[in-house]
Amino acid sequence: MTLALNGEEIGKKLAEAFPAAVVSSDKLNVLVDSKHLQPVAEYLKNTSGLEFDYLTFVTATDYLDYLEIVYRLVSLKNNHSLILKTRCHTRDNPVVPTVVNTWRAAYYQEREIFDLLGIRFEGHPDMRRLLLWEGFQGHPLRRDYL
Amino acid sequence: MTLLEQFQLLLKNANWPDWAVYLTPAIAGILLILVFVLTIIIVFIWWERRLLGRFQLRTGPNRCGPEGIFQPIATAIKILLKEDIVPDKADKLLHFVAPIIVFVPILMLFAVIPVGEGAILVDLNIGIIYIIAISSISVIGIFMASWASNNKYSLIAGMRAIAQMVSYELPVVLSIVGVALVAGSFSMLKIVEAQGIPYILQQPLGFIIFFLGALAEMNRSPFDLLEADSEIVAGYHIEYSGMKFAMFYLGEYGIVLAYAGIMATLFLGGWQGPLLPPIVWFLIKVVIIFSFIIWMRATLPRLRVDQLMSFAWKFLLPMAVINLVIIAVEVLVLPLSMQWLIIILNFGFAAALILLWSKLFTLGGGRVEV
Amino acid sequence: MPIKTEPFYLNIGPQHPSTHGVFRLRVALDGEVVVGVEPIIGYLHRGIEKLAETRTYTQTIPFTDRLDYLSSMTNNLAYCLAVEKLGGLKVPERAEYIRVIFSEIMRISSHMMAVGFFLNDLGAMMTPVLYMWREREKIMDMFEMVCGQRLLYNYMRIGGVSQNLPDDFMPAVKKFLAEMPKYIDEYDQLLAQNEILLARSKGVGILSKDTAIGIGASGPVLRASGVKWDIRKMDPYSIYERFDFEVPTGDTGDCYDRYWVRMLEIRQSVRILEQAIAQIPEKGAVCADVPQFFRPPRGEAYGYLEGPKGNIGFYIVSDGSIAPYRLHIYPPTLINITALSDMVIGWKVADLIIIFGSIDVVLGEIDR
Repeated sequence: MTLALNGEEIGKKLAEAFPAAVVSSDKLNVLVDSKHLQPVAEYLKNTSGLEFDYLTFVTATDYLDYLEIVYRLVSLKNNHSLILKTRCHTRDNPVVPTVVNTWRAAYYQEREIFDLLGIRFEGHPDMRRLLLWEGFQGHPLRRDYL
Repeated sequence: MTLLEQFQLLLKNANWPDWAVYLTPAIAGILLILVFVLTIIIVFIWWERRLLGRFQLRTGPNRCGPEGIFQPIATAIKILLKEDIVPDKADKLLHFVAPIIVFVPILMLFAVIPVGEGAILVDLNIGIIYIIAISSISVIGIFMASWASNNKYSLIAGMRAIAQMVSYELPVVLSIVGVALVAGSFSMLKIVEAQGIPYILQQPLGFIIFFLGALAEMNRSPFDLLEADSEIVAGYHIEYSGMKFAMFYLGEYGIVLAYAGIMATLFLGGWQGPLLPPIVWFLIKVVIIFSFIIWMRATLPRLRVDQLMSFAWKFLLPMAVINLVIIAVEVLVLPLSMQWLIIILNFGFAAALILLWSKLFTLGGGRVEV
Repeated sequence: MPIKTEPFYLNIGPQHPSTHGVFRLRVALDGEVVVGVEPIIGYLHRGIEKLAETRTYTQTIPFTDRLDYLSSMTNNLAYCLAVEKLGGLKVPERAEYIRVIFSEIMRISSHMMAVGFFLNDLGAMMTPVLYMWREREKIMDMFEMVCGQRLLYNYMRIGGVSQNLPDDFMPAVKKFLAEMPKYIDEYDQLLAQNEILLARSKGVGILSKDTAIGIGASGPVLRASGVKWDIRKMDPYSIYERFDFEVPTGDTGDCYDRYWVRMLEIRQSVRILEQAIAQIPEKGAVCADVPQFFRPPRGEAYGYLEGPKGNIGFYIVSDGSIAPYRLHIYPPTLINITALSDMVIGWKVADLIIIFGSIDVVLGEIDR
């Protein structure tokens, strides 16, 4: 079984390494501040015992008050997984740092999120629409898009 | 004396004017070839489809007429009724001329292929050289078509065509020279008459080289890179439709028929054979070769372009040269009465050389650093 | 004097025989050599994720058929797993077995299509495909028996499957399993040592182990690169922990390995099927009691499984209503082509086609 790691424990570990990074954590997931996302990602990937070398999916959900980005990390070596979240509280031109440099798997998925939810990933090498055409207005997967 | 010359003599004796004596049999002969070739091509198209169907676990066309024999006619009507589309930015003149340049030389080839004793349009004493010369004209037409279409896929096909056709000319010619050496003549009729034992037995290596080279010359699988439908869609005739496409289509089968005829003539003893009339024997041999080609088409994947080139230059060409030397030495040293010794020797050489070469070299260069 | 040269841009697709759908590749060529490649997708985008937000949970199942239409059953199952995880539902024993049986049959069918069309991309003119279809046809017949459909099944339901197996299904699947190993042997005999296939695919389009993990590749593509990772083994869903099977892996991650891993997986699937057929309970419910307008509690769940093409997953956020608040589909083949440029640069156009073919993409899934 891929062990779903307890978010609270990981949250504590992260809080030691990056005191300001962890916003909250519960059994299922860890919510980090988007400003610290890149160092946290590097930490999760390279710390022994965690070694999240495999990013399964990146997606985002529009909760109207905020946009939440979800990362599911898996360690192929230790066979455990973690759900990492980050939030962005603006709806006009929200920006989140990219994790492409840590996990290349995010390459298309971040482009897709930009396309469908309008979250710009800073530092992404090719931030363009993926599924819809270039002149498309709006971001369809937002809840207020009709 | 060929049948044509007999016809001319007949007319002369009937006191026809000189120009008519010359022209009438010639036109009759040309028409006869056209009808013969087109009929056989139609049968071939049907045969290929049916056979491919059998190879691929399906029935193939079986609705038009008995066993689907009229399917090619239906196809022909369909193709001819299509709109003739010329791309906007195409070179109109070249686009128009290219199919003709591809098709006409193929028809011209049949002038020197004997289908029976004396049943040949002209018995040129340089028959083989004529074939080599004429058959390489088609490549110009193919290149014209690919360039004039103003399409990138067809441009790639054109580049491939030049490389492929020019490279494979060499082994084909060299393997033909071996035949000419033994037969002692370039005339197709004389070559057939010289084959007491078909040359496929006497020169197995030569036949293999000729067969593979010819496959590449006529763009048949596994060397069908010019029209590789999974890569460059349809290659050089991607922008053709209607009658112009039909010319390419006919040309494709025409050249197979021509090469099958040449192979039958050079290596399988032409029209010779017991009991049955010569034309039937000739056709049987042609159909066997054609079926073999279809079999390869149904079975083998395609080579890559660099593998194709290295196959020509590293494998076929050295083999053809060695084969030629072996044949030449045998013709010089061994008396003709020792046919069977030559056959055994040559089979030994062929097996040894093929094994040796397959150990020595690998196909293609692989990745290129960019 | 240096000659001024510039790359030659070729547009492969969206209408092209070897793009397996409406996929577009913008390729920069230097002669025949690929120097740059840019996949352009979205021609088949139907907005399934958005559509699902206005459907009930059950109504979304037919959409999942239309993702990877060559492995509809596993898509159905992945979605149902996600909803069941969300609602904490228990699936009846017999339904679990039926699900496993159909997942594995689907895997065989999908892999056969993949291998057949890989050979087609190599230029083997439909023959391998039609040989593969001979067996796939029987699989289609079995699917037709249970759900009346041959391509888009809509068979799995939340909490089970839509209907019980018909009486003539078991004999058909037993006959199929008895014949299948013989046919796989035949395919291997025809293909595995083919000189041209070896020359064309050995060492071509290598996806290294590190890159494969880095891009998050999954399925046969990941395993061909030498990573022994199969969700059926590493994180068993449904009842996969009850079956004995192996996870085949490749060594180098070239096109040949991807082909070969698929052939080996077909054998393993046959093994799983044999065990499942032997163990399946004779009687029992095939669907849990789930209300028509199923309202899972608030929360989120990620249901995923080892599909034929890779790790297909559904991430569902529920707000307690009858429709998902957010449905995200994780498309394995889109992720698998992330490293396409690494794999094809330096190879010829013909190699580009087979490398793309060996990844085995279905555009319905990439574009959603």
